[in-house]
Amino acid sequence: MTSILASFFTGFVNSLPTTFTEGFVWGILAMGVYISYRVLDVPDMTVDGSLALGGIVSAMLTVNGWNVFLTIPIAILCGALAGVVTALLHTKLKIPAILSGILTMFALYSINIRILGNRSSQSLVGLPSVKDSLSSLFNIPFQYSNLIFAFIVMAIIVAILYWFFGTQLGSSIRATGCNIDMARAQGINTDNMKILGLAISNAIAALAGCLLTQLQGSADVNMASGTIVIGLASVVIGEIIFSNKVSFWLKLSGAVVGATVYRLIIVIALLLGMPTSDLKLVTALLVAIALALPLIKGIKAKGGRKNA
Amino acid sequence: MLDVRNISVIFNQGTPNEKVALDNVSLHLDEGDFVTVIGGNGAGKSTLLNSIAGTLNVASGNICIDGKDVTRLPDFKRAGEVARVFQDPMKGTASSMNIEENLALAMSRGKRRTLKWNVTNAESHQFKQMLTQLNLGLEDRLDCKVSLLSGGQRQALTLLMATINKPKLLLLDEHTAALDPGTASKVLAMTESITSENNQTTLMITHNMRDALQYGNRLIMMHNGRIIFQAQGEEKKKLTVQDLLNKFATLGEENDRIMLAN
Repeated sequence: MTSILASFFTGFVNSLPTTFTEGFVWGILAMGVYISYRVLDVPDMTVDGSLALGGIVSAMLTVNGWNVFLTIPIAILCGALAGVVTALLHTKLKIPAILSGILTMFALYSINIRILGNRSSQSLVGLPSVKDSLSSLFNIPFQYSNLIFAFIVMAIIVAILYWFFGTQLGSSIRATGCNIDMARAQGINTDNMKILGLAISNAIAALAGCLLTQLQGSADVNMASGTIVIGLASVVIGEIIFSNKVSFWLKLSGAVVGATVYRLIIVIALLLGMPTSDLKLVTALLVAIALALPLIKGIKAKGGRKNA
Repeated sequence: MLDVRNISVIFNQGTPNEKVALDNVSLHLDEGDFVTVIGGNGAGKSTLLNSIAGTLNVASGNICIDGKDVTRLPDFKRAGEVARVFQDPMKGTASSMNIEENLALAMSRGKRRTLKWNVTNAESHQFKQMLTQLNLGLEDRLDCKVSLLSGGQRQALTLLMATINKPKLLLLDEHTAALDPGTASKVLAMTESITSENNQTTLMITHNMRDALQYGNRLIMMHNGRIIFQAQGEEKKKLTVQDLLNKFATLGEENDRIMLAN
């Protein structure tokens, strides 16, 4: 018994740097999902495709000799473009938001394989990925350089988003998601705000994909399947933890904390012997229960959602 | 100020459910006119306001505001000139944002939205003074979420937002109909004081005959998508509720809401 506990404990502690790194990276993704799902009130499935897109673009540029850090802005730009496509389908062609996202995600699968050169994955082993360059630059194990790098990028994104959603433009996006009639009556071009919001959301998802690729050392066309659910899980876990907090930056940070807690739950479950293939079932249950909590608590779901 | 020339609005055109909601309506408002609009359900009052606001497309005719033809402009592009207060108190404000954020959004109506901070300290101070004048008890709750306000407070806030940058035209679509009588009269009193202070050109739909007579310098009555009666100045002042009811009676209008409103 003691030895089992000890091995569980050692395994848990050893996995902590990686768990937190993944928590921060998926936390970045969760902030993107927060923008579409909570701020804009659009459940956007494009992130499944744009996360992989970001990772794959970054990987292929690295293979082609680009400076790894320069691949990051290109990946972000590609993600933003994917978001714009979804938003145009939704606003200009009047296709329901959820279907617009599914269509773009579906199309991105083929595009991602094309970018990969008709293959399904690309390894960065032996190439100067962020993982290897930082590790050798500071002469520390890659687990720690990854952890620090992911934390810094995550903190920068929190700061940028906090600033942006306090500006006139960012506030207009929030108003559009909260009350579209009011937004239009105040002269806000709500179509443009949806386009901008989804561009930002997917740019962030692509950044997360780019970091995943660079920190793991590989990109895979299936790396992002189910991203939206993981993002939602992080958002709702964060909301439960920060249930009484109202300020915008705490809600954003809540998404990161939620993503980290989600990773910790998964690591513990796996260490306790849960088969990896059950991961999606458990995650789906977690999201369903978390989303139903307001109802269970007896709060009107609609009001709770709008005020989240 | 406002020139509505021969506008028609037809719903479900070309189908068996076709309905002419506005039939060749013309209306001219001078600067400072406060026009109350009455009529039964389906008379075309809201359709008229929505056409002027730009949320509905007109089938024919022109709408000019201050000499500028806005007929083809979408609603959000007219918002700099035309401000609205809806019947539903939930519709006029963003509930998940606080009072000063809502006011700041209204402040930049009709202007380019930039990367400037939404609520500056100077604006915050200005909002506080405005709210103090209105005496709603909101001046110390600037950072309070709008979702925590009562319907009356939200409607008063919407009215302040609508008039904050002195629009050319104010459209009120039964903006007190969803409020209790006490709150409704407070919001109406506030409407009266703001519009007279700003010499605000206003169109106000109401189902309440007394309000229609008490407020404004002009009155129009609509029926079946047409303006069937107009009164202004002294003529309007002499009108009584009974006069209006008689007019409705001649139309064969049996409208419960109008009867109940009195």
